Amino acid sequence: MKRAMPFLKKNPAFTVFAILALGVIAAAVFAPVLATHNPYEAVLADAVQPPSSEHWFGTDRMGRDLFSRVLYGARTSLTASLSLVCIIVTAGTALGIAAGYFGGILDAVIMRISDMMISFPGMVLAIAVAGILGASVTNAVIAISIVSWTKYARLSRSLVLKIRSRDYIAAARVTGSKTSHILLRYMLPNALPTILITGATDIGSMMLEIAGLSFLGFGAKSPTAEWGLMLNEGRAFLTAAPWLMVFPGLAIFITVVVFNLLGDSLRDALDPRSE
Amino acid sequence: MKKVGLCKRLLQILIVLFGISFLTFGLTYIAPGDPVRAMYAASGSIPSEEILDQTREALGLNKPFLTQYWNWLTGCLQGDFGTSYSYSKPVVQLMTARLWPTLKLALASLALMLAVAVPSGILAATHRGGVADYLIRGITFLGVSLPNFWVGLMLLYIFAVKLEILPVVSAGQGFQKMILPAVTLAFAMAAKYTRQVRTAFLEELNQDYVIGARCRGIKESVILWRHVLPNSVLPLITMLGLSLGNLLGGTAVVEVIFSYPGLGSLAVDAITSMDYSLIQGYVLWIALIYMLLNLIVDISYGLMDPRIKEGGR
Repeated sequence: MKRAMPFLKKNPAFTVFAILALGVIAAAVFAPVLATHNPYEAVLADAVQPPSSEHWFGTDRMGRDLFSRVLYGARTSLTASLSLVCIIVTAGTALGIAAGYFGGILDAVIMRISDMMISFPGMVLAIAVAGILGASVTNAVIAISIVSWTKYARLSRSLVLKIRSRDYIAAARVTGSKTSHILLRYMLPNALPTILITGATDIGSMMLEIAGLSFLGFGAKSPTAEWGLMLNEGRAFLTAAPWLMVFPGLAIFITVVVFNLLGDSLRDALDPRSE
Repeated sequence: MKKVGLCKRLLQILIVLFGISFLTFGLTYIAPGDPVRAMYAASGSIPSEEILDQTREALGLNKPFLTQYWNWLTGCLQGDFGTSYSYSKPVVQLMTARLWPTLKLALASLALMLAVAVPSGILAATHRGGVADYLIRGITFLGVSLPNFWVGLMLLYIFAVKLEILPVVSAGQGFQKMILPAVTLAFAMAAKYTRQVRTAFLEELNQDYVIGARCRGIKESVILWRHVLPNSVLPLITMLGLSLGNLLGGTAVVEVIFSYPGLGSLAVDAITSMDYSLIQGYVLWIALIYMLLNLIVDISYGLMDPRIKEGGR
């Protein structure tokens, strides 16, 4: 914590976006407190009402309060995209470090699989996997993970290869360090900063992919409050109830912007080489 | 590209295709849905267990996994990707019918994107730090953060519903019907490419030869158009190839919004109706096209960039 304050002072842009991101996260966490209505309670008498003082963002075709649903949607979107990024960063880094450090057959197998994934438009496979597994947020996360981990595997592998033959690694090995010790105390810390920066800049685009899958009907299932799904449901009311599209879309947009800016500012703060 | 390299690439494509075919076939095999039931449900009848079993037998769905896979694979190699039950047509016929509209849409959006991205990227780079630069960077930032399906919906709302100048449904042919889908697709891409052009241009402007040219008193416009532009735009070709491939596979969302009859909406239909042979065929086709495109791009890149043609620097 002592080191955090000067860092925040030196990087005002990062500080601002971190606070904004925390604000979005807080909105998701405190959704039950902030929501004016129960997001799942359908009052058919109030169906498709325009924004008013009672329903700030209007209501959907089931008469559910859109403001509360957008707030709860933040929970779904943030949980899904943050866990997605965690999964691909962890899995990709672990496999990449192992491939880079051990080399040989392990390296060949992992890298050929990742070649296969990269020589192929990821979204096609993600749609196929999510569709075949059945629609749910978890399956959408699994589908996108399957096609997205390779980026981190390649990245961490190349970082490991850079330092693998350095003298201090040889020294560690000669002095009898265990392999697990070398991997965790030498290889991982070396790869981590770059990996984390990449991960942070990926949160926004992952959020878009999950929302996209949900929009197609291969992600969240009704009645889950999820922004992509809400847009899909609102699509039929394009003419009669444009607010059903405007607010969930704005929610996605604002959240993605905040996380993209956060990722970019983190990169600028930690990596002086980039502009 | 040398002959050995080409052979290696073709071999690699074969291996990847094999892997992908195994993956998709395996996935559809373990999928929780029952294609035979879905098939009958689609035709509106509720069959008895006996009929279900008979159909499975007839379709070879009772055989062990590897046998099924082998039969399917040998069929594919002979150009027979099976029959789609939801359309009752051969998969190949469906795919070829839908390929052209998607390709047309992809090319139109690429052309549109380049027409916007290259000039604005150059403008931002040459006016670095100025108003134009900040404005363009701001817009590109919005471009990468807006979900393309939302952009599509808003465009649809504004131009088709409110102003009523463009059709809501993009089914059928005709240039007018392609405008909105193409603009939607181009929007996010233009943002990415503008950034890319700007960075490449700035990098190139910092090269020694530019300083040298300036010192020799060559006009700034000549430096920009004759020297910097070709050097900084060339790397875009690789990106363009990738984008075209991605578009062929990634237009699904936009096609669904605008009811555009392309490959993407075909795939979405196939997945919702559990039309497995169509899904398998689709994934395999896209993979093949994508990889061939990349190969062509690499070859043409080598032909266009003399540094690579002559065997590296």
